[in-house]
Amino acid sequence: MEEVLFFLAAIGALGGAIGVVAMRNPLYSVLALIVHLFSLAVLFLLLSSAFVAAAQVVVYAGAVMVLYVFVVAHVGGDQESAWEPIPGQRLLAPLLGAALFVELSIAVLGSSLLALGADGPKISPGFGDPEAIGRLLLERFLLAFEASSILLLLAAVGAVVLAGRQRGLGPDEGAGGPSERFAREEPPASGDSSPTPHRRVASEEGPPAPSQTPHRRVASEEGPPAPSPAGDPA
Amino acid sequence: MNIEWYIVLSSLLFAVGAIGILIRRSPIVILLCLELMLNAGNLALVAFSRMVGNQEGQVFALVVMVVAACEVVVGLGLIVAVFRRRLPLDVDELRELRG
Repeated sequence: MEEVLFFLAAIGALGGAIGVVAMRNPLYSVLALIVHLFSLAVLFLLLSSAFVAAAQVVVYAGAVMVLYVFVVAHVGGDQESAWEPIPGQRLLAPLLGAALFVELSIAVLGSSLLALGADGPKISPGFGDPEAIGRLLLERFLLAFEASSILLLLAAVGAVVLAGRQRGLGPDEGAGGPSERFAREEPPASGDSSPTPHRRVASEEGPPAPSQTPHRRVASEEGPPAPSPAGDPA
Repeated sequence: MNIEWYIVLSSLLFAVGAIGILIRRSPIVILLCLELMLNAGNLALVAFSRMVGNQEGQVFALVVMVVAACEVVVGLGLIVAVFRRRLPLDVDELRELRG
């Protein structure tokens, strides 16, 4: 039973990992990672670490993946181009990855650790349950616990600083290729119920209406709109 | 179940994550592949903890989860900031710091 469960979870974890790498759309990569994380939680349960499995499901598959899904939905899943900066990169990378796997396996399995061939020692029934982990975290590893809480606080503040409203964007920040890229993505002459007003380029809009909130739109940060032949407010 | 299997699976997942970082160019997918590698490390930590019969490896795994969450938050903040400036979301085109 345990073997069957292990191999099912291993297939799920490996398939999810390969799916993350192979999917063209980033949203599908995120969904494959969720499969991978749930399979890993099953593996953690098989290793009798219940609290880590619960934290894996709650923290990773719950919170972090929701963050990913929101960012992918905000940024939009662009297809990667087939251009290779290094010739033969897509061919060479799996070879190097396979070499890495072989090296890691040799390093671990050749290390002659005593318990490698065994099932591990007998453990008490309370192994890895929340009480034991909490006791360890709050007594022996209290310093690491507090340091990780400070780290989380710093990360939250840093994310707000990074992704908050940038007021000082110069008018030439997005000139060139990317604005043309977004201009290409704009649906031609669709109705004015466009759900993504911030993706428009200033040259495609008419004069900015004063009723719309100007700070929601990236286009309004570009100064006056250039004179363009497209001035057709639908 | 033999502990070796977990270790081999962990190194396989790590290698898959490394391949993903090498061949993908979208920063979101690169962050996802980093998650794969961190989770492979977590699996190895928990497997070694079970092998030794000691719960401290699981505390390590929890701390790794915290670090991974911080990394995701900062990385996604960077991605959103890059997107706001309408720069291309492609790690080969964002090369200003390369010199």
